[in-house]
Amino acid sequence: MLNRTIAPPIIDSTEFNLKLKPYDLFHLDNGVPVYAINAGAQDVLQIEMVFYAGNSFEKNKGVAAATNFLLKNGTSTKTAFQLNEAFEYYGASMSRGCYNETSVLSLHTLSKHADKLLPVMNDMLTNAVFPREELDIYIQNSKQRLSVNLLKCEFVAGRKIDQLLYGEQHPYASFTNVPDLDALTIETIKDFYKAYYLQGICAIFIAGKLPANIEQLLNENFGKLQLTKPDFTIEKIATTPAFEKKYRVENDVNAVQGAIRIAQPFPNRHHEDFKKVIVLNTVYGGFFGSRLMSNIREEKGYTYGIYSYLQNHLLESAWMISTEAGKDVCDATIEEVYKEMKLLREELIDEEELSLVRNYMIGGILGDLDGPFHIMAKWKNIILNNLDEKYFYDSVDAIKKTGAEELQVLANKYLQPEKFFELVVF
Amino acid sequence: MIRFEKFTLANGLRVLVHEDNSTPMAVVNVLYDVGAKDESPAKTGFAHLFEHLMFGGSINIPVYDEPLQIAGGENNAFTTNDLTNYYCQLPAENIETAFWLESDRMLSLAFGKKSLEVQRKVVCEEFKEHYINKPYGDVWHKLRKLVYTTHPYKWMTIGASLQHVEDATLADVKAFFKKHYNPSNAILTVAGNVEVSKVKELVEKWFGTIPAGEKYNRNLPVEPKQTAPKTLEVKADVPLDALYKCWHIYPRTDDRYYTADLITDILSGGGSSRLYQSLVKEQQLFSNIDCYHMGSTDAGLLVIEGKLVKGVDIKKAEQAINEELKKIQATGVTVSELEKVKNKTESALAFEDMSVMNRASSIAMYELLGDADLMNKELEKYRAVTAENILAETRIIFDENNCSTMYYMSNN
Repeated sequence: MLNRTIAPPIIDSTEFNLKLKPYDLFHLDNGVPVYAINAGAQDVLQIEMVFYAGNSFEKNKGVAAATNFLLKNGTSTKTAFQLNEAFEYYGASMSRGCYNETSVLSLHTLSKHADKLLPVMNDMLTNAVFPREELDIYIQNSKQRLSVNLLKCEFVAGRKIDQLLYGEQHPYASFTNVPDLDALTIETIKDFYKAYYLQGICAIFIAGKLPANIEQLLNENFGKLQLTKPDFTIEKIATTPAFEKKYRVENDVNAVQGAIRIAQPFPNRHHEDFKKVIVLNTVYGGFFGSRLMSNIREEKGYTYGIYSYLQNHLLESAWMISTEAGKDVCDATIEEVYKEMKLLREELIDEEELSLVRNYMIGGILGDLDGPFHIMAKWKNIILNNLDEKYFYDSVDAIKKTGAEELQVLANKYLQPEKFFELVVF
Repeated sequence: MIRFEKFTLANGLRVLVHEDNSTPMAVVNVLYDVGAKDESPAKTGFAHLFEHLMFGGSINIPVYDEPLQIAGGENNAFTTNDLTNYYCQLPAENIETAFWLESDRMLSLAFGKKSLEVQRKVVCEEFKEHYINKPYGDVWHKLRKLVYTTHPYKWMTIGASLQHVEDATLADVKAFFKKHYNPSNAILTVAGNVEVSKVKELVEKWFGTIPAGEKYNRNLPVEPKQTAPKTLEVKADVPLDALYKCWHIYPRTDDRYYTADLITDILSGGGSSRLYQSLVKEQQLFSNIDCYHMGSTDAGLLVIEGKLVKGVDIKKAEQAINEELKKIQATGVTVSELEKVKNKTESALAFEDMSVMNRASSIAMYELLGDADLMNKELEKYRAVTAENILAETRIIFDENNCSTMYYMSNN
């Protein structure tokens, strides 16, 4: 007779030997590095061109994002429609994104069509024309989207907490508003395009089932451009955190929930505490079984979900607690958030809980390494942060070896309520 | 081509195993053939609330999550109008932990009062977060009621009202479990770094002794054919007017489903699609426009929705959509347009199959539709759609008597 009360034996995840598949590296004729993971069962391919063309480099708000978006809206020989069609005919998607330091152009396609699509990507990158009418439509539609977002408490809270952490002058908290959109001009966009794309700093990341001639294809299309390779260092920009710590903002008179953000500035991934704090954060609010989730959702039912995390920034990070809670239980929620900090400061995490968290984290990394795109995402993050594979293996080590005493010391160092900004947007 | 092996236990549990030795992980996916459409109209939102309760401990195991996390695993679940799906991923060496946990909650739940009380609150907060505290959050609540008169698709998975969730009792929970959560209503998929023979042995060990229970025979009211246009105008505190148009289409297993799916791509799948080019770029009537279908098992909906550029008259915007539909009804699609959307589908199918987790849930979903091997025939079915099929279907689907229209107007 099967005894269902006894768990089957398991192999402790910390015994797993985690390996991050190394990338292949080659350089185009102009020196641009190409990081490659050739793997996977599906005949698909992802090519990401990362430029140092994020909003940190713009003089006027919104220029970096507009340039990145409008790259795909017409070249000297193709209208926006024709350019889109050139990608879409082969079932490919060409997406772009703009972040703080970097921007990215990414192509997802069946591997067999790469040779037909890379010339289109080259055309887009080198012959963009930024038509006036395309900019007008972009401004109009961005303003409309913004007007909807500004009604959402979580959107408003997300902007406001970054402003408190970094100061409105810092690129991490420099948000585009209606007047900025209205002030966009073709000239500033073309200047930005020239400086940061045509003559930009670029690295390429490719993953999937790579065609045998990929090196040649990339070199033909991007190896002659006036691009330079990055050194992956970034100049520090001073932050100006707010002085006051507590804020209540009324955004929507009909709100039935409040968006709660509690955060403190935190150093970046190069800081010696970072990897260990990731472990402490996981215990505190980093997964479904965390202290915050168990108490505030699973015990009290104040929210659908509550998480804490470290922001993924290159220069400076922040330790953030984030949730949407019923309007009448926001104060009670905040009280519990601080109570859980206190517990971590005053009591050692018991071995059973810590071992659960270790196993969960190692299992998570193992699952994250599923397929070439995920492996490349890990590498990309490591490389852009100017780190190397040692960071990956040290992180695994930190998960396996950081003990309860050490975590308590870190809790006392960081999880002090007076260090946190506290914001509720109703 | 996704390979798998299928067998059925004596108690009716269908099991599908997909081996992929390139990953160190295993996925265990349990799909129950029950969704919001199986609820009583007076107790909606129950299938989803029940999904939450499935994590509140089972008959022999006080908590679900912890043992899985100790084994290095992660899990989640979702409910739709058609089905409820639970999945976990863990290092393949520890797969038995997943079988132990999943089989125990298929056997019987712990039915705790406390768990019900808390999860009622959690789901109410979920309801608020997604459907009340958001601009346009109640759109589908209103649209479903407008479009369906009879079929239970007329309410959303989260429930028709907060009240229904608040009123759920422990007796309801027990009855629901008995009716729907048994081996004959479930499909178990195991994927990843596993061996079929070993899986067979473990599945037999953990699931083989669960009583078969009663097979639930679904008998849902059929939506009668719509015979006249329907309209609804709503006013709300939103910054922009929005327009929604819905047409009834076909069940998931009908061959015409593939034609309808490609029509949505022709109209709005990307920057070179018809509605985007004409209405957002050329005429600048909408700031965004989307055409999609609900992908439901029973006869679903094809939807066109968009937010209007400030100052545009909604009648004029609607007229412009109708003009585009008339155009496709009159002249159909070009050869290259059809090739484009088929290529897009080929690509989308390949990308979907990248993760072992997706493959596991796809296998279960297709098995629910009748045969897991359907997933290997999808591309062929899309490839078989002709320009003539598209022309004929646009004439049938985009009939004004088959259409429901909602104007969602800004108060400002």
